Amino acid sequence: MKITEKDVEQLATVSRLELTAEDVSAYTKYLNTALDYMDKLKKLDTSKVEPAQQVLPVKNVFREDTVEASLEKELALANAPEVEEGSFKVPRIVL
Amino acid sequence: MSKYEAVIGLEVHVELKTNTKLYCGCSTAFGKEPNTQVCPVCLGLPGSTGVLNRKAVELATKAGLALNCEIETYTWFDRKNYYYPDLPKGYQISQVFRPIAHNGYLDIEVDGRNKRIHIRRAHLEEDPGKLTHSGSSITTSHSSCVDYNRSGIPLIEIVSEPEISSGAEAKAYLEKLKAILEYAGVSDVKMEQGSLRCDANVSVRPLGTSTLGTKTEIKNMNSFRAVERAIEYEIERQIEVLEDGGEIIQETRGWDENKGITVAMRNKENPDYRCFMDQEIAHIELTPEWIEGVRATLPELPDARRKRLIEEHGLPAYDAEIITSSLDLAEFFDAVYAEFPDAKTISNWIMGELLRLLNARNMELFEAKVTPKYFAKLLELIKKGTISNKIGKEVFEQMFETGQDPERIVKDKGLVQISDEGQLASILTEVIAKNPKSVADFQSGKEQALGFLVGQVMKATKGQANPGLVNSMLRKMLSQNNSG
Repeated sequence: MKITEKDVEQLATVSRLELTAEDVSAYTKYLNTALDYMDKLKKLDTSKVEPAQQVLPVKNVFREDTVEASLEKELALANAPEVEEGSFKVPRIVL
Repeated sequence: MSKYEAVIGLEVHVELKTNTKLYCGCSTAFGKEPNTQVCPVCLGLPGSTGVLNRKAVELATKAGLALNCEIETYTWFDRKNYYYPDLPKGYQISQVFRPIAHNGYLDIEVDGRNKRIHIRRAHLEEDPGKLTHSGSSITTSHSSCVDYNRSGIPLIEIVSEPEISSGAEAKAYLEKLKAILEYAGVSDVKMEQGSLRCDANVSVRPLGTSTLGTKTEIKNMNSFRAVERAIEYEIERQIEVLEDGGEIIQETRGWDENKGITVAMRNKENPDYRCFMDQEIAHIELTPEWIEGVRATLPELPDARRKRLIEEHGLPAYDAEIITSSLDLAEFFDAVYAEFPDAKTISNWIMGELLRLLNARNMELFEAKVTPKYFAKLLELIKKGTISNKIGKEVFEQMFETGQDPERIVKDKGLVQISDEGQLASILTEVIAKNPKSVADFQSGKEQALGFLVGQVMKATKGQANPGLVNSMLRKMLSQNNSG
């Protein structure tokens, strides 16, 4: 086990998520399953393989420097749990 | 200080002069209502994908070339992961592993000594949003407000090698960097609008040793002068800690401008940003031809321009340095020179009058109303003897405020220099009659007495008499008086 329940609780706190005790033990298990699989992949010798960003050989995809319409302010703020003077209001940052 | 030397590296973030953000088409205009220049990409909404701004890549390349860097022909973006409300995606898309430019330099001069400061790297990245805290500081705030207008604005981060040894050198480095980027047309480099921001890594070590001391990172410096002061303070502080047998703690410290000190902000425990290659922004492959094409668009840079002013116009190095420190001023000089080709006179007037008024009024050149054309015309009026140098300064002050034609000011105010011998003769006779002692002094060989008499004539004519003419007329009249 690489990830402990304490790690998951910490992750939940900084992500502003409320998890029940069952959630914590379930996520600890899932995350470790994923990491165990990564360990398996790590055993492969990739020293002669270039890192691949994508499966398709795509490069140099650019847009021109032309202004496009932004979101309406109300729409931009629609998902904000709290709004103050046109800004996203977030709880105390330093815990 | 003599027992220690300081080792300083600067990290400078410079906003690129684009119309739109790095990965989306939102406007980069400064000072707009919060959250009115945002879209799903720069808000980090799920399912959105950015596309790279071609102009930003071009400007970053240009900046790299202007700073004598090597440009990478194959480069990409990486994700730097951290949790902070100004970063809506939970990661910043930056260039961690393969910066677009590296291994450059710029040259500075401090106290007559030249020094080359190397540039380790310059990479493209996005700016985070802007936080406003409810309390006076982040630690005393119960909440904060986030404006994402700035989120996604293209920046280049320019990292120097730790080769800077004093606050004065740091300031000279920033001034040179600013001038180069301004000349290259890469950025507006306005510190007060946040388009140039600087952090400093500072450490000290005993003279003659080569291991680096523990460094602190200094933030919150709002002017080049503040960078200089903060670094000088921090060097002294670290030396004091070491002299007292203490240890330097690796931490981030904020500069308090009012108190003139640095204050511990937070311990830096080497955060692990878990950087990895970004999967959305396509890799960039630049051909050598394309890079050379960008190089061809580089204008004359500050060092070359300074050299030209010295070699072609015969200006002293000091004058050339000041005139080329800002592109606006250098352009102003050239425009005046095109109409009035006497470089030293122009530079005297720029440094003596123009810069004096700009400093006194805390203004930028573009805010002054005087045009190069009228500036040249004023110098011409003085050269022709229409007005004296002294009156010229008065006229200049009015041109500076109003942008008026100097010829018109001279006419309206009746400032034309009196060069009419007949008109001057009566004034001179009067002055001679009123100052028998000075006359006698001069006639007995005291040369200074003549200066006093010239001064009296200038006073009587409110500075309008042609001083050269007054001088020679006085000599003539007094020698006649003497013999007669």
